[in-house]
Amino acid sequence: MKIIVAIKQVPERDAQVRIAANGKWIDEADLQWAMNEPDAYALEEALLLKESGGACGEVIVVSAGPERVGSTIREALAKGADRAIQILCDDLNGRDALGVARLLAAAIKPENPDLVLTGLQSEDLGLGQTGVIVAELLGLPHATMILHVEKTESGLKVKRELEEGWFQSIELPTPAVLTVQSGGNKLRYATLMGIKRAKTKDLRTVNAAELGAEGTPAVVLDQIAAPKKQKSTQILPGSAKEAAAALVEKLKTEARVL
Amino acid sequence: MSVLLVLEQSCGKTRRASWEALVAALRLGPAENITAVVIGAQTEALAAEAAAKPVGKVIRVEHPLLAQYTADGFCAALQQLIQNESPTEVVVFSHTYQVRDYAPALACRMGQVLIGDVVAIEDGPKFVRQLMQGRLIGSYRHSGIGPCFVSVQAGAFRPDATDTRPGAAPAPITTFTPTIDAAQIRTKPGEPFRASEQTVDLGSAQRIVSVGRGIKEAANLSIVQELATALGAELAASRPICDNGWLPMERQVGSSGQTVAPRLYLAVGISGAIQHLVGMKGSQCIVAINKDPDAPIFEVADYGIVGDLFEVVPALTEALKAAKQ
Repeated sequence: MKIIVAIKQVPERDAQVRIAANGKWIDEADLQWAMNEPDAYALEEALLLKESGGACGEVIVVSAGPERVGSTIREALAKGADRAIQILCDDLNGRDALGVARLLAAAIKPENPDLVLTGLQSEDLGLGQTGVIVAELLGLPHATMILHVEKTESGLKVKRELEEGWFQSIELPTPAVLTVQSGGNKLRYATLMGIKRAKTKDLRTVNAAELGAEGTPAVVLDQIAAPKKQKSTQILPGSAKEAAAALVEKLKTEARVL
Repeated sequence: MSVLLVLEQSCGKTRRASWEALVAALRLGPAENITAVVIGAQTEALAAEAAAKPVGKVIRVEHPLLAQYTADGFCAALQQLIQNESPTEVVVFSHTYQVRDYAPALACRMGQVLIGDVVAIEDGPKFVRQLMQGRLIGSYRHSGIGPCFVSVQAGAFRPDATDTRPGAAPAPITTFTPTIDAAQIRTKPGEPFRASEQTVDLGSAQRIVSVGRGIKEAANLSIVQELATALGAELAASRPICDNGWLPMERQVGSSGQTVAPRLYLAVGISGAIQHLVGMKGSQCIVAINKDPDAPIFEVADYGIVGDLFEVVPALTEALKAAKQ
């Protein structure tokens, strides 16, 4: 099975994000970057599928973004992906979900994969739409929030997460696009050997402009800001011991929940 | 503005989230400009329920192939409806798992982009949604021609204003029959199931101590368990803890786990991503312990301690024990 995994590089989880001077995006200077975690689960599912299917499978990683995205792609190659396509694009944040999906779909289409996997959402924008739109653009069936993928004779059987602890099985033909939910598998670490091998694996770069996938955005992010507080939080100061004692007092006498 | 409001059903009843979406729709236009849409194979009761709400009219989108939800079926039916109801300026959904599964494809089919998970609507209209796991908010606007697709986050719009209108005549109901061919539906969905018997009912717990990524390792959970015991609280967790298998899935609070509203919710090392907050922000008293003063959990907390949980949690357990004596 030929599997393509679309991954995104996002600011590291604990990174302190500051709003850029133009108020339209975050200040990217001095940020640390990482692989979007749901995409890491999608990559893991792809590697597991390949490993269970004998030697004929291939896992190809595709990612769009500026130069720096290369480091996240190398990480995916070190974990076991066979090769990668990097879509060089310096204005990813100026594109809406359809604009980004157009880039990915244009890069994926000539590969004719059996399966396209991606995380269910990104940790930065959290749009949760890219996989579904890629499916629509490629004319493929899709399923979202997938925890487990099983190959069947006629296609795939997948386990989909529903709300409040419910699940559902879905059968669909290949080729197909799936968005992967976290927790369905255990993420692997790259081995030293894997990191070494990744350096020699094929990483093809293509400029976004060459993909012929430009369009006018239908949706524009005008401005970003710090969220407005929903409640006024009393922060209890002092050492751990002082703060703990103050909290117990507040919970007893003020909130009356003890 | 003319607004199409797509309602969602669960077991033959309209979901509460759909009435929250109606509140959002009422921000965009007066009731008479709102068309409520019910969709399925049998929608008579759903339509009657919707007709009693402040809406201009109700459309039943009905077809045998819509009996069970599929993205292909819903996209085909709603695309035909929207084109038939032209000009529709805004299409409003609740941001549920089902909507996340098909609305982006429906919007794409019409050359549009869904503005998803909206928490507020400002003049313009501008649609506010959270970014960076809730650390920032972004204000979005629709710039193209054609309908604007919007889904609203659970809990963001309060459904007080959507009470039935006593004395008012129900809104007129019409039926729209889309053309759908069985071959268009490419996925075969199975019946929903639960993973295993539930052994803990977090929904009825009066006190909950919930733990997140900040705990770092499974071995460290014992300090949080001790705190829960001292408080007489149930132990719960955010998604990553359950993803790692450190606590069973049934103890997960959030959009994919349980929704809780205890008297006291104490969040330890939980940053407060949207998916977690929707599951607990209705709690009466919320306490957050986190090392990051900018963590979004503090936006919903009544009391906060900014500090190292490995110092604060044992100190709190001791203080609670001392207070009991």
